[in-house]
Amino acid sequence: MSVHAPAPAAIPTATGPAIEIAPNDSLFAYLQSASGVVDAERLELDSPALGELRAAGIRLVVPLVAQGELIGALYLGPRLSDQDYSTDDRRLLTTLAAQAAPAIRVAQLVREQAVEIQARERLEQEMRVATLIQQQFLPRELPQLPDWQVAAYYGPARAVGGDFYDFIALPDGRIGIVVGDVTDKGVPAALIMARTQSVLRGEAPRVGSPAAVLERANEILLPEMPARMFVTCLYMVLEPETGKVVYANAGHNLPYVRTAGGVIELRATGMPLGLLPGMDYPEHEAVLAPGESVLLYSDGLVEAHDRAGDMFGFPRLRELMATELPSTELLDHLLDELHGFVGKGWDQEDDITLVALQRTGGFGMTVGEVPAQTASATSVATSAAARPGGRVLLRASLPGEQGNERVAMDQVAAAVAELGIAPDRVERLKTAVSEAAMNAIEYGSQNDPTIPVDIAVDVEGDDLVVRITDRGLSGPIGSAEEPDLEKKLAGDQKPRGWGLFLIKHMVDAMEVTPHGTGQTVALTLHLEGAGDASHPVQG
Amino acid sequence: MPAIPFKAEVHGTPELATIELHGDVNAAAEAALAAAYREVAALGASAIVLDFSDTAYINSTGIALIVRLLADGRKDRREVRACGLSPHYVEIFQITRLSDYMRIFDDQASATAAGVVVTAGGER
Repeated sequence: MSVHAPAPAAIPTATGPAIEIAPNDSLFAYLQSASGVVDAERLELDSPALGELRAAGIRLVVPLVAQGELIGALYLGPRLSDQDYSTDDRRLLTTLAAQAAPAIRVAQLVREQAVEIQARERLEQEMRVATLIQQQFLPRELPQLPDWQVAAYYGPARAVGGDFYDFIALPDGRIGIVVGDVTDKGVPAALIMARTQSVLRGEAPRVGSPAAVLERANEILLPEMPARMFVTCLYMVLEPETGKVVYANAGHNLPYVRTAGGVIELRATGMPLGLLPGMDYPEHEAVLAPGESVLLYSDGLVEAHDRAGDMFGFPRLRELMATELPSTELLDHLLDELHGFVGKGWDQEDDITLVALQRTGGFGMTVGEVPAQTASATSVATSAAARPGGRVLLRASLPGEQGNERVAMDQVAAAVAELGIAPDRVERLKTAVSEAAMNAIEYGSQNDPTIPVDIAVDVEGDDLVVRITDRGLSGPIGSAEEPDLEKKLAGDQKPRGWGLFLIKHMVDAMEVTPHGTGQTVALTLHLEGAGDASHPVQG
Repeated sequence: MPAIPFKAEVHGTPELATIELHGDVNAAAEAALAAAYREVAALGASAIVLDFSDTAYINSTGIALIVRLLADGRKDRREVRACGLSPHYVEIFQITRLSDYMRIFDDQASATAAGVVVTAGGER
């Protein structure tokens, strides 16, 4: 602390020397413990401040002490009468100091508080500006995409950060999806966020590929970026009709995708925007099948801490992502779990941004236990599946296009996971399902995506029954007679023709039932004594 | 799980070539597998190892492609071996009797170290 000296008492209208006493000056400690008026001329101390006071003609120093703390001092020069200060004068000054010190301390506190309030108001005003900037640049509405459910959440922290998300309409009906995070907080972060978003909005429709958009944004932002600031950003382009996503990443969190086979990360790496020139952003592709969801998010969620200091974390998010929910409910579920984790009175540390897209595909899908009477309306296969005492594990309809046999296989594998079937038997079931679905797509739907293939998985008594129903009109699809490999190798028979043969050997029973508009292939695995029932290995 | 696109890589010598199969072996693998066989034929290798270590899915069309490659190998007097198959696909190779016509090894090292089998017909 330093003490500002008021005017010498003997010259009330004049301003005295502003001599500061540094806290490490020996005079400071002396005054703090002095019992009354100190005679500057007689004091023997090695003190620079004392030297200055004497040089300025100060005779008396009256310490002002409040609650043991030296808050100031009165400096008195020589009396006008040239007489020394009397004992009464000194006593009066001591009494005056004792009464004045607390009042001065109160005045000091009031003044400090006023300065603090001013600073806080300035900060709050800055926050309001930052919030306005951010809100101005966030999308006002979500894209309306047939066969997709889109949901987004933006939760700013008290100290406004630089999170952002965006949906950018691109040529050919594609949609650019952006989630990003600017380092730092407040107005600078909000301004950089606004600038980044406007660069991406400008470049995305013009440049096209996500890698090129990020490269271009990096080049534009680099010269404008203040020191120690950068932007992480994931940019994804979605083809709503096919479910294909192409994406590139500038140092942002990896999106999660919920598939029938579990939750996977869409891996992509790249340097944040605005750090270094000439950066490449490798581009990746994936296809979201009907029923699958993708989640893009900022680190405010995964880096939230509970009262014990534990972090919400990626593993927890990944686990929650596995929950089969529509996009809007998924975000509600994640936020409920977050609030449960952090507890009441949580001081949100960082912005939280979540963007979820689910491909509903126009082909309804239900996974999990569904009351049979509810499920019975969902597909042709279902009406054949519901049996008294039966348990429904899956109802799904897939577009009749090549590649979806693998989706069917993964969905059935996920649906039967709870039954604890031996892994080798699950592998056989998967092969049978894949082959049956492939036949249904090729011969039933004739590779027409608008003609779906229905999948029903039920536990019926001691059996697991998978029914795959096509809606084609092509009639029976051949027999399951053993192909003649020797003839195939000799070129006397076509190499194909293994599908039904494989199905027959992979499950305990296979039954083909024609119906009005196609046929149903029912694949049965016996669940009791299962380990022995389907080992048709031939030498 | 989205489908994994197929890729075939050929390594080898005039004695023995290896085709490493990456991704799903299905209809989409046809052109790449045929090109890989042509590459092996150009090398003049007397034996081929099909390495399935990076293959998690083979469907019946994929089996047909392997049958075709095996047929081409027999025609050209070129032994075809397989390695890196999961137990499930070893079982499928047994059910389809492919294993009667091609030796199956655990891994590429044992497949390449094995001697050439010469039968009376010289095919395998």
